[in-house]
Amino acid sequence: MIINHPLLGPRDSSEFTYRGDAVLLNRPDPKSESLLNDYYEYQYIRNNTHGFMKELWFHEQGDRSWLVVTRNTLTHEIIKVELASEYKRENK
Amino acid sequence: MILVNYNKILMFQFNGKHYEGYEGDTLASALLRENVKVVGRSFKYHRPRGIFGSGSEEPNALIKLEGSNTHEPNRRATSIKLYDGLKANSQNYIGNVKFDILALNDFIHPFISAGFYYKTFMWPKSFWEKVYEPIIRRAAGLGTLSTEPDPDRYDKGYLHCELLIIGSGPAGLKMALDASRNGKKVILVDEDFIMGGQLLSNEIEINGSSSLQWVEQTLSELRNSSNVRIMTRTSVYGVYDHGIYGALETVTDEIERPGARQILWRIYANKSVLASGATERPIAFPNNDRPGVMLASAVQTYNKRFDVKCGDNISLFTNNSGANLSKMSNLIDTRDGLHIVNVHGRNQIKSITLNSGKKINSDCLAVSGGWNPNLQLTCHKRGRPKWNEKLSCFIPDNSNLPNNMHVIGSANGSFSTQSVFNDVSDLTKQLGYRITEKIKTEDNPLNLKPFWFVKSKKRSWVDFQNDVTVKDITLAHQEGFSSVEHVKRYTTLGMATDQGKTSNVIGLAVLADATNKTIPETGTTIFRPPYTPVSIGAFAGAHKGKHFKPIRLTPSHEFASEIGATFVDTGYWKRAQWFSHDKDVTWRDSVDREVLMTRNSVGICDVSTLGKIDVQGKDAGKFLNKIYINTFSTLKVGKCRYGLMLREDGIAMDDGTSARLSETHYIMTTTTAKAGSVYSHLEFCRQVLFPNMDVHIISTTDQWAQFSIAGPNARNLLSKIIDPSFNISNETFPYMACAEITICSGVRARIFRLSFSGELAYEISVPSRYGDALIRKLISAGKEYSVTMYGTEALGVMRIEKGHAAGNELDGRNTPTNLGLNGLMAKKKDYIGKTLSSREKLSGNKTMVGFLSVNPSEKLTSGSHFMNIDDKILPENDQGHMSSVAYSPILERYIGIGFLKNGKDRYDETLKAIDFLQNNHVEVKVVSPHFIDPNGDRLRA
Repeated sequence: MIINHPLLGPRDSSEFTYRGDAVLLNRPDPKSESLLNDYYEYQYIRNNTHGFMKELWFHEQGDRSWLVVTRNTLTHEIIKVELASEYKRENK
Repeated sequence: MILVNYNKILMFQFNGKHYEGYEGDTLASALLRENVKVVGRSFKYHRPRGIFGSGSEEPNALIKLEGSNTHEPNRRATSIKLYDGLKANSQNYIGNVKFDILALNDFIHPFISAGFYYKTFMWPKSFWEKVYEPIIRRAAGLGTLSTEPDPDRYDKGYLHCELLIIGSGPAGLKMALDASRNGKKVILVDEDFIMGGQLLSNEIEINGSSSLQWVEQTLSELRNSSNVRIMTRTSVYGVYDHGIYGALETVTDEIERPGARQILWRIYANKSVLASGATERPIAFPNNDRPGVMLASAVQTYNKRFDVKCGDNISLFTNNSGANLSKMSNLIDTRDGLHIVNVHGRNQIKSITLNSGKKINSDCLAVSGGWNPNLQLTCHKRGRPKWNEKLSCFIPDNSNLPNNMHVIGSANGSFSTQSVFNDVSDLTKQLGYRITEKIKTEDNPLNLKPFWFVKSKKRSWVDFQNDVTVKDITLAHQEGFSSVEHVKRYTTLGMATDQGKTSNVIGLAVLADATNKTIPETGTTIFRPPYTPVSIGAFAGAHKGKHFKPIRLTPSHEFASEIGATFVDTGYWKRAQWFSHDKDVTWRDSVDREVLMTRNSVGICDVSTLGKIDVQGKDAGKFLNKIYINTFSTLKVGKCRYGLMLREDGIAMDDGTSARLSETHYIMTTTTAKAGSVYSHLEFCRQVLFPNMDVHIISTTDQWAQFSIAGPNARNLLSKIIDPSFNISNETFPYMACAEITICSGVRARIFRLSFSGELAYEISVPSRYGDALIRKLISAGKEYSVTMYGTEALGVMRIEKGHAAGNELDGRNTPTNLGLNGLMAKKKDYIGKTLSSREKLSGNKTMVGFLSVNPSEKLTSGSHFMNIDDKILPENDQGHMSSVAYSPILERYIGIGFLKNGKDRYDETLKAIDFLQNNHVEVKVVSPHFIDPNGDRLRA
């Protein structure tokens, strides 16, 4: 696959490591009242997405950016690639 | 264009006999010219087999290519370019290839039909492993591996282009010409060693000149175009996502020659054009696998391209107008109601019997059952081909091709040469290229009436390579396997190294007939990479032996080598494990000496391999508070603190110390093993979890050489090299202090008062380029204290004596509670892993404690499991396990640390330590894990 890095342009996916569903961005609020349940879901519960999914990829053999990649799990089509830090700031 | 150069004779050997061939031959064409009929034995029935095809579709002529010490099995004789000195042998026989003892299988064939393994070798159960399997393994299978290391070199390469053209027949050549004249960057590949495809085998007029002239002219223009790369002997074996193609280039077939034998290319192409042509398919009829029965196109190719006659009296059995042999053969055309009911002759056909009763003497039978477009690559992204009734074949479905792939020519079902060129013009227009030249050539449409197999009680072969007959497929259907995917797996149809190139569609037709369905209703099997076999060596490339992974050397490596170090691989690093002296008999002598000299005076260990991460920014302290279970924002400038970090699920991830050099600057250390993963984790936390913190990190592991100086004389030694303006007395520089200083008259250094050994100890770091000079300086300055170097073994002994957890304890299963470090867990702040580590059952009740053998002379082994002294040795009685052991030269006995149920409450209890792996059962006493200096008097001295 080729991932179009927002800063570096198209890069081969072999430069990256994969971390899975971008729900990891939403670390539960440590002051939540249902703390244990929130963390249980955050850590273990995932949708088995059929279609477009937001995923975390790490440019480990490159500039070490964490990226949010919107990829179709059926066709591998990638429609969007964003820096995780910017994505998180914008979607707070 | 000279296809066979009779002036260049090539000598070769086959099955021990000497033969001659010529430049331009394949091994197959040379064998046929030398009249060698039997080249191998079939997979299951061990029937004699001859050459059947002329390219990568070949199912029969699998041979073993010999090197001097090794060989390569399962090579198709049709794809080996003949070279001088070639040595090859048949495979899959016992005795002689013309008289194979295992041909007995052919006479017992009623008992070894499809699925016979599953039915026959079921009982008695105990016979499977010792009796049946070894016999089957001996008798079945294709070639065998040499078991010697592959002596040859393989390489990898990467290419980029606008247009990748796969196949160099009329379609591929013309497409390349048009794209090249339009200035596009083109890669043209073909698996053959000469470009031209079917134009090499058929005499056709193209724009008034012969096909060979046109090929020559076109190639010469392409070769002179700087924007075209021509790659012969290159097979595109797989299509991957986003325009990535895998291709294998065979540089040479020769074994044990200098240079790379094969190159595995990864090609990135904006667009690709599949012009891979079509493969002729046979018709199944009784004994159609006899040597001398060949594809009609192969007979034609050997005749025209290689100047080899496959027989003196050739017959043609066909159902279509495509075969170009009518002038030289007895014609048996199913469209005239004729077909073959039997073939006579065992090692070479002699005659054939027709349904009319007529017997024809013939020494070569050319068969044409129609054509299958080579559309395998269109299916690698899960596209499915569609059935074309008129052509009676599957053609690519343009609605589900891989992205940016176009299919032209006979791969697209365009079987007349004119229609091939028309496909090229259409695509050229579609891609927005200028058409540079119009082509006029033959335009005979294919006239074909489907005829798949002759119904008979005798065996008719569908898949030659895996010995699957019409009967096997109908039997599979009778036994309830009616889905094509099930039939394939039950009979192994199409599952051999040829991937069913000649057999798949006939197999479908037989199944369709048995189920009374049409072929499209019956379905098609999916094609997956590789299109042609790829050797594992090519995937490995240069990454073998010591090149398998990078090697990292410590700054003191050269010095350590000079003084007799034995090195151990820790990740990519080579670390000194111990240093042998002349008097040392075993490695233990070296290790014991290093420990004693360190504990009694002073020792030095290279700890540069530990991960060093520079953490800077206004929020650096706040950031480390999130990472570690304990608090770092309160750490004073000039101090270090031990920290433990967890995974979010509450399990210990790594530990180390972090030092604060200024308000906004920390230096974190990690273990050697986890340096990479901790750094990735920190980047994850910084970018994904806490992007609003003002903090930046960078790995400085390679930038700093770091040495641990441990022992009662550590301060005395260090004082000799640090510049006089710095004071490291116990009062000004106590335990856990850190500072930026200079040493040896102005060399920048950092000093940390840390101890892993439990001794008075410092770690000193200098920029890596000074590492070698520093270690030599320290050793010479330390002579008066009998300074020693110590390796990772002594380091391990001393940390176990001190009771520090390390890799064996941080094994991905333990929480801070298990490690006895729950006191560190901050209550008031949030940190990674805080919530989930609080789950009570996660920690269970095991805690880290120490162990001594009750009898001091008995050895402990790590991995032992503890049982109560009166309990039976059963898994359910398990009380925990020993994680690390060492011989302590200070205590003069073995010591261990491990995890024990309610361990902290069981000091002085006696248990059994059971180790079936190393057959070592020992009685042990539970003790504190801190064997030495439990109050820390030595390290604070």
